[in-house]
Amino acid sequence: MIQPAKPADLVTVNVDGKDIAVPKGTNVIEAARQLGIDIPHYCYHPKLTIVGNCRMCLIEMGLPAVDPATKAPIVDPATGKPKINWMPRPQIGCGTNASPGLHIRTTSPLVKDCREGVMEFLLINHPLDCPICDQAGECKLQEQSTGYGRGYSRFVEQKNVKPKRTQLGPRVTLDDERCILCSRCIRFSKEIAKDDVLGFIDRGSYSTLTCYPGRKLENNYSLNTVDICPVGALTSTDFRFKMRVWFLKQTNSIDTESSVGANTVVWSREGAIYRITPRRNDEVNDTWMADSGRELFKAVKAADRLTAIKVNGADSELDIAINAATQLCKEGGVAVVGSGRSSVEEQFLTKKLADTLKASTFLVSWVGQGDKLLVSADRNPNVRGALVTGLIKTLPAPKLTDLAAQIDAGKIRTVISVGEDLAAAGLSAVQFAKISVIYLGTHANATSAAAKVVIPTQSVFEKHGTLVNQQFRLQKFAQAVPAPVGTTDDLVVLAKLAGVAVADVGSAWKLIAAEVPALGTMTFVNIPETGLLLDATPWAALPFVEGETLHYKPAVPAAVTA
Amino acid sequence: MAAPAQRRIIFQHIDEAGYTNDLACYQKHGGYEVLKKSVTRKPEELIDEVKKSGLRGRGGAGFPCGVKWGLVDRKSGKPIYLIVNADESEPGTFKDRYIMHQDPHQLIEGTMISCFANNVKQAYIYIRGEMPHGARILEKAIAEARAAGFVGKNILGTNYSCDIFVHRGAGAYICGEETGLIESLEGKRANPRIKPPYFPAVLGLYQCPTIVNNVETLCHVKYIIEHGGAEFAKIGTPGNTGTRIYCVSGHVQRPGYFEFECGKITMGQLLNDVCGGPLPGRKFKAVIPGGSSAKIMRFGERYKGKRKVGAEMVDYDWAVEDVPMDFDSLGMIGTMGGSGGVIVMDDTVNMVEALANINAFYSHESCGQCTPCREGSLWMKKITTRMVHGAARAEDAALLKSVADQIPGRTICAFGEACSWPTQSFIAKFGDEFKNYHETKQAPKSTAAQPLV
Repeated sequence: MIQPAKPADLVTVNVDGKDIAVPKGTNVIEAARQLGIDIPHYCYHPKLTIVGNCRMCLIEMGLPAVDPATKAPIVDPATGKPKINWMPRPQIGCGTNASPGLHIRTTSPLVKDCREGVMEFLLINHPLDCPICDQAGECKLQEQSTGYGRGYSRFVEQKNVKPKRTQLGPRVTLDDERCILCSRCIRFSKEIAKDDVLGFIDRGSYSTLTCYPGRKLENNYSLNTVDICPVGALTSTDFRFKMRVWFLKQTNSIDTESSVGANTVVWSREGAIYRITPRRNDEVNDTWMADSGRELFKAVKAADRLTAIKVNGADSELDIAINAATQLCKEGGVAVVGSGRSSVEEQFLTKKLADTLKASTFLVSWVGQGDKLLVSADRNPNVRGALVTGLIKTLPAPKLTDLAAQIDAGKIRTVISVGEDLAAAGLSAVQFAKISVIYLGTHANATSAAAKVVIPTQSVFEKHGTLVNQQFRLQKFAQAVPAPVGTTDDLVVLAKLAGVAVADVGSAWKLIAAEVPALGTMTFVNIPETGLLLDATPWAALPFVEGETLHYKPAVPAAVTA
Repeated sequence: MAAPAQRRIIFQHIDEAGYTNDLACYQKHGGYEVLKKSVTRKPEELIDEVKKSGLRGRGGAGFPCGVKWGLVDRKSGKPIYLIVNADESEPGTFKDRYIMHQDPHQLIEGTMISCFANNVKQAYIYIRGEMPHGARILEKAIAEARAAGFVGKNILGTNYSCDIFVHRGAGAYICGEETGLIESLEGKRANPRIKPPYFPAVLGLYQCPTIVNNVETLCHVKYIIEHGGAEFAKIGTPGNTGTRIYCVSGHVQRPGYFEFECGKITMGQLLNDVCGGPLPGRKFKAVIPGGSSAKIMRFGERYKGKRKVGAEMVDYDWAVEDVPMDFDSLGMIGTMGGSGGVIVMDDTVNMVEALANINAFYSHESCGQCTPCREGSLWMKKITTRMVHGAARAEDAALLKSVADQIPGRTICAFGEACSWPTQSFIAKFGDEFKNYHETKQAPKSTAAQPLV
């Protein structure tokens, strides 16, 4: 565990009569947020540059009056407090930084008038088509208009006409009439995605968001523009018209596409997942995630999902399958192929299982191209977890060459695979013929087809667990939807095979805390939602494959440059 | 009281018979002598002269030029840029174009002196897109000056080098706003920047300290260095030193350019004596004193209050005709000296139609960056256009005022004021005309009204 960062230079500012100490340079919106005071805004985003163009966050600001001769603060004799020189013009909260003695008013008549004025201006050319708009329910314009809207319109002229239903790229649809020209998406594309394809054309109220001619918004981060769009201008082509957001249940989860471990929210209703969006974690993914990670939920209802327990190709039941597996293992010569995609708890039980069977353990690495942002080269989300739980001691190789050699030598007769496709990991048909395979997995593949025992397990959306990301940050995910009939929690299957009494993630953690030194004193419940940084020093010298990503710098030069 | 005589400093030779805009003619009239003397002096001395002169920027805001130069961050180690703001776009203003057309070398000399004083190695003249002829003249003049050693490497044989580039805008009013101009010069959309933190004196062009001065201002710098700041300060009135060029347009007998000592001439003298009064058979109705964004003045109204004369406070009670044409007096009565564009309207003008024209301009020129100006300017335009061409309503006047009141002081740049002040002042001064416009429209047109052109 690491120490909290040393507090930066704090300055005291006063918002609506309440003092608060904030780090110097904090802007007024963030300072007020710490006091629980909401300053409405559209264009301001904590992770993007400040442009101050929506003018919604206008506040009144003042600084303590100073005697010009002595430079001493002037005290108001009536109140005994320092006299404040209020500026006659309102200032933007996003662009005003905390300085000593800064005074802010967010509830004065002027501020209210400014907000109502901006609100009215934003709405006059807005189509007001909330009933058919996907953003309804999570629209800032809708939200603020309840607080600062007029309730009726004084605008009797023709509204501006702009392009509707523009396909900006494969995943993003744009409705220009709804756009309030906040430029968040433009700044995101330029500053974060480094793919400067969006911009405004025309001027004044006719300004129109568009893509650079001949280009498309098709980078792997394009859907973040949908997330940060405060209105319904940018919508996800996939999620469009699928479901009202207020019907959706939000479950905190982790993006499992790579070892970055972006924090996510899974939006589901009645057992079906509709979308995945990023969840803010300033240490991991800020407020972003890759488009590729948002499509992972589609595997949940895929046609090749395994939902039937099979023993020797025939439908079976869990206890029979466990017995069959145990019988196969009793013959000796067992190898366990764990997975870098399993949760920490599952890896812990995989290790238990291997220990019980006195079996050798293997892990397969999956390496791709890192994008230096939120998809790392290591496509296993939890290789670090396998190190922490002791499942492996060295980094995994891409192919199971050792296992193949041992099979060829006749030492291994039974292989338990936890979700890993052995064929893809390098076992040949000849080697398959020499072994009995016990397969625990979610989707059909060559290994499940060849396995003597197949026990369908559950995806990350259907169970609880934890993952250790590339920073050695322990992060937990929760069950979003019920698992399909016929599947069993990996934990339960592994515990039964290993003969350990574990029924759920809570009881697994009792064992983990007792047996894994790095995870002592913890329970599943008290892991914070933003994760817990583990001590990485025992593994600091390992040559991990990842290159640099948004909040990660490799300790030693990466084996594969990403 | 008869009008004082013109005091032609910038227009000293302009309009003289035989005076051309080439280098030979300029040098025959003493051109570039001031630059020759300047490069032998210390730059700090030159800045002091400008500070002593009390010269106020002629672009519109009237910000003291010496103070502007004093704010420049000279410790950053970054290069300092100077930009000549020749994006003269304010309706009713046409002085800078005339200077550039008739006497480009005067501007180049003033620019080079200012560059030397501020240790600027690179200057830009940002000229309005609609002035291609001016750009060509400037290009030619700079080439002449470069060949003669007044611009470019090792100016006049010294170690000092500074070049000038002419950059043509693409035709946008907002490029006259200094941070918008800088964005445009950097090759981006001319969206003005937020201040703080982007004060040009610290984070200007390419994030380097930058000075942006108007054409007329830089021409005055040349005169100040020639005659000394104290001498310049004697011209005009205290706080409003030097001369101003007034561009009178609209319903007067002799519209045109007139250079007078600042504050020494009143509105009445300018319009009646200098410009020959109203057209035959007409009466003055209103005048905009400083470009179309300045608040309008209605003939017949009186301005009362106290003003400072020397150390004393003196009561004043002025008619429109009595108002001295300087920054402070015009500011005191609730309008502004602005860019010096005096727009005169007589009794044939319908104020609703005049405002519709102004609003159409500002809604077309709003950059669209920040909400109040972007939406407000177009809304006001739509209202006034509907009043003129469609169905005017009695409540439109109140609505217009309410819309206009939601704009100024809440925008990124001064365009918010520029686009809302006309509406605010037109309705304040001619509210009855707006309220009754729906009846006016139904009444038969007066045959007495002469066509304007």
